[in-house]
Amino acid sequence: MLGLIGKKIGMSQIFDENGLVVPVSVIKVGPCPVVLKKTEKSHGYNAVQLAFETIRPTKANLPKLGHFRKANLPPYRHLQEFRVDDPNEFEIGSFLDIGIFEGVEKVDITGKSKGKGFQGVMKRHGFHGGRKSHGGRGPRSPGSIGMAAYPGKVIKGKKLPGRMGHTTEHVKNLRIVDVDTENNLLLIKGAVPGARNTILRITVQQSTQKGLK
Amino acid sequence: MDILDQVSAGQQRDELPEFNVGDTVDLQVKVREGNNIRNQKFQGIVIQRRGSGGGETFTVRKVSQGIGVERVFPLHSPNLTSLKVIRRGQVKRAKLFYLRDLKGKAAKVKEKKK
Repeated sequence: MLGLIGKKIGMSQIFDENGLVVPVSVIKVGPCPVVLKKTEKSHGYNAVQLAFETIRPTKANLPKLGHFRKANLPPYRHLQEFRVDDPNEFEIGSFLDIGIFEGVEKVDITGKSKGKGFQGVMKRHGFHGGRKSHGGRGPRSPGSIGMAAYPGKVIKGKKLPGRMGHTTEHVKNLRIVDVDTENNLLLIKGAVPGARNTILRITVQQSTQKGLK
Repeated sequence: MDILDQVSAGQQRDELPEFNVGDTVDLQVKVREGNNIRNQKFQGIVIQRRGSGGGETFTVRKVSQGIGVERVFPLHSPNLTSLKVIRRGQVKRAKLFYLRDLKGKAAKVKEKKK
């Protein structure tokens, strides 16, 4: 199995076996029911659709209710697909829980980063800015953005100020510090994208998967 | 936030004696030398306590051969094998950073009256 859906709870710290402090992100993971199986025959690829976080039936619209009724489940808020080798290993309506991460060393995590609003080039692209004095262009300015009459335009893709953040970010090779099966909590070393309550997609590290095959 | 409290609660030690800023403490700290682990003594005045929950730390200052040495310890660190309060200090501040600028007799903390 490849992954699960989770929710960022926040950050904390714990002591490792050497007594050193390890910063950890706490993620509430699953349990996620299998809602739909997609096969090569029916959809052209093999995958399972997992759900996360139940909602009251009055909160869901009819298409959503119907989709979950087919799997004999109450409606859930989030749906995501995970590619698998053989979807027939899974049963519709059965739950996958955090147990799949036991014995796994590293995971990849995908989530929406925090939105930063409209930002200048120094924060957004790491430019160095200009000189404060001696006729500099100003301490946070981008400087020249191109050449002269030839080419007579700004080259496409030029890094300029603009909206920063709130983009889907993939972070690879995050180390699992602890798997708490009782409370469905996953402790990951370091930071993960997004603010509290961000929905995260947690998959077993890609390189590990290749090794398994 | 309760989930985060729950995570850090499992890490916290409750058997430590109560101590405050100004107290003189005697610590035994685990030191790893190659494959050996031994205890090292560190004795000095607590000049600061900061943070809360599992992340709380404290700073101990001592003067060793005329040179001030300060070490910061996580309060709940498993590397602290023992913590003994030797002397209770009477202080009027939460942080005793003024001790850094004082030498000899002036760098003393009054003992707390019982």
